[in-house]
Amino acid sequence: MEWISTILQGVMLGGLYALFAMGLSLMFGVMRLTNVAHGDFIIMTAFAAFAATASLGINLWIALLSLLPLAFAFGYGLQRGVLNGTLGDDPLPSLVVTFGLSIVIQNLLMEIFSADTRSISAMGLETKSLRLAENLFIGVLPLVIFLIAVGAAAAMQWLFGNTAIGRAFRATSDDKEAAQLMGLNHKHIYALATAIAFVLIAIAGILQGMRTTIAPTDGPGLLLYAFEAVIIGGMGSFWGTFSGGIILGVAQAIGFRIDPGWGILIGHLVFLAMLIVSPSGLFPKTK
Amino acid sequence: MTNSTIESSSFSVERATRASRIAGGIGSLLLVAAITLPWWGNSGWMREVVEISCYLVFAMMWNLLAGYGGMVSVGQQAFVGLGGYFLVILANKLGVNPFLSVPLAALIAALFAFPTSWFVFRLQGGYFAIGTWVVAEVFRLFFANISALGGGSGTSLTALAGIPKATREMMTYWLALAAVVFAVGLVYGLLRSRLGLALTAIRDSEVAAESQGINVKSTKLIVYVLASFGAGLAGALYYLSNLRISPDVAFGVNWTAFTIFIVLIGGIGTIEGPIVGALIFWFLNKFFSDYGSWYLIGLGLLAIIIVIKLRAGLWGAISKRFDLHLFPVQRSLRLREVVGVRREE
Repeated sequence: MEWISTILQGVMLGGLYALFAMGLSLMFGVMRLTNVAHGDFIIMTAFAAFAATASLGINLWIALLSLLPLAFAFGYGLQRGVLNGTLGDDPLPSLVVTFGLSIVIQNLLMEIFSADTRSISAMGLETKSLRLAENLFIGVLPLVIFLIAVGAAAAMQWLFGNTAIGRAFRATSDDKEAAQLMGLNHKHIYALATAIAFVLIAIAGILQGMRTTIAPTDGPGLLLYAFEAVIIGGMGSFWGTFSGGIILGVAQAIGFRIDPGWGILIGHLVFLAMLIVSPSGLFPKTK
Repeated sequence: MTNSTIESSSFSVERATRASRIAGGIGSLLLVAAITLPWWGNSGWMREVVEISCYLVFAMMWNLLAGYGGMVSVGQQAFVGLGGYFLVILANKLGVNPFLSVPLAALIAALFAFPTSWFVFRLQGGYFAIGTWVVAEVFRLFFANISALGGGSGTSLTALAGIPKATREMMTYWLALAAVVFAVGLVYGLLRSRLGLALTAIRDSEVAAESQGINVKSTKLIVYVLASFGAGLAGALYYLSNLRISPDVAFGVNWTAFTIFIVLIGGIGTIEGPIVGALIFWFLNKFFSDYGSWYLIGLGLLAIIIVIKLRAGLWGAISKRFDLHLFPVQRSLRLREVVGVRREE
């Protein structure tokens, strides 16, 4: 029963990793941009939510609902103002710029919030749990996070498959020049992709801050989990990314159960093993 | 139809420039001055030269990997850590001479590049970069779990305890100088060789290079292993001088952060670039590192601005403006007599 509980916890954790991964996957999928500061942006929004609720005393729901459009606007502005200029065949400029942003964000957070760990209050939700069987409990907050992740994956899949903007994303990703000839402004499309990625980042950041403690230097770790989930799942669909997150979450949970020092390491090793077994992921992109 | 033939005696291929000959002369003088520093300088200077040498060697080899090989890695700190840890293992645990352990540790670090390449070479571009970071984290977490090496809090290089301080400092200093000369010489020699031509071809177009008979995969592997050797050498030297190693610092991404800064501000894809960048970094570090977080924020912003506004870096801009090449890797054709060129209409 304890092992079932461990795996269940891993699945719930994996849902959060899937949320981390979807934003990264979206930006890479649409414009081949690897956002090295992805994890730092997640932590940054978590700190923003913390500052709004704990320091300024704003109601949690108002803070959350106002953070999402702010994140959308921030993402759009960042892409149009900075990142669009770094795109091209050479991955170096975008890597260096986002790596530089990562260092700037970490150190700014350090200056503003110090190195202490913080956490966002989820209004008592974090201590509630449901009883599934005799000795099997499941936390309400992890379950809510998991369901939000499922909802986000479904929404993204629908957005890509069934809407005009999704079509524009796919067209620009497949062939930027042809999409431009069809009247699509790729700079605007890229900025919209980043804007949506930042909404996902904001959701992920707030949930991460509720689930556990956050510190200014947590970002790179989250980037690596997001990246691993993307590669394990493959670039084919958001459900692929979702399954990649679940596999990583379960691997880490089992690792932590064996020895607390090995949890994250086992997650990395499962990722490396998947890279050898199936380099294009579980759900590769079909042409 | 124009058809021109050139008699073979009428032209020559020049590889040196006037600037490179002058720079070679000045460089030799500086090297002599540097070698004799222990007799006219003090140990504080020697320490600083050792530290900046570690960054320069690492940056030189990262530049080879990213600037010439097109493999932008943010995980070369894996080999810095391996170099440092194998120095400790060889010198402390196996009783090998600590100074001899430095090149040996670098060699062992380079051996790890082979299995590592099986994994990371499956990823391209930006994902290659993050993949190498995962590998560095794997090594960090692995060494943090080995209690014989002090686990997460690290361990000290005790093998140097019996050696007098002056001898230790001088040997470390000369080793650092040798490492710099080796790294610069290796990259320079490599780029002037057949492999250098192959790299340039791959950088311009992988497909075209492959179709001309260049084995792209093995060329990239050679560069990756050499760069890892350089990183291991930098790591072993750094910990020979610092005496205390911990996994979080040795395998820390700061190594790569500083190196990217050094290479980009100097000029990526040039040999002079990392040297110029290392001097700038040394200067900034000396006067501004007390500002802590703000100093790092400044470095991050400076790197972003350089990439957006001055992609060729400082040396790249100077070199373009004045056509100055201190380490010329290109070939230039000199015609001796115009009479020798016959034109047939």
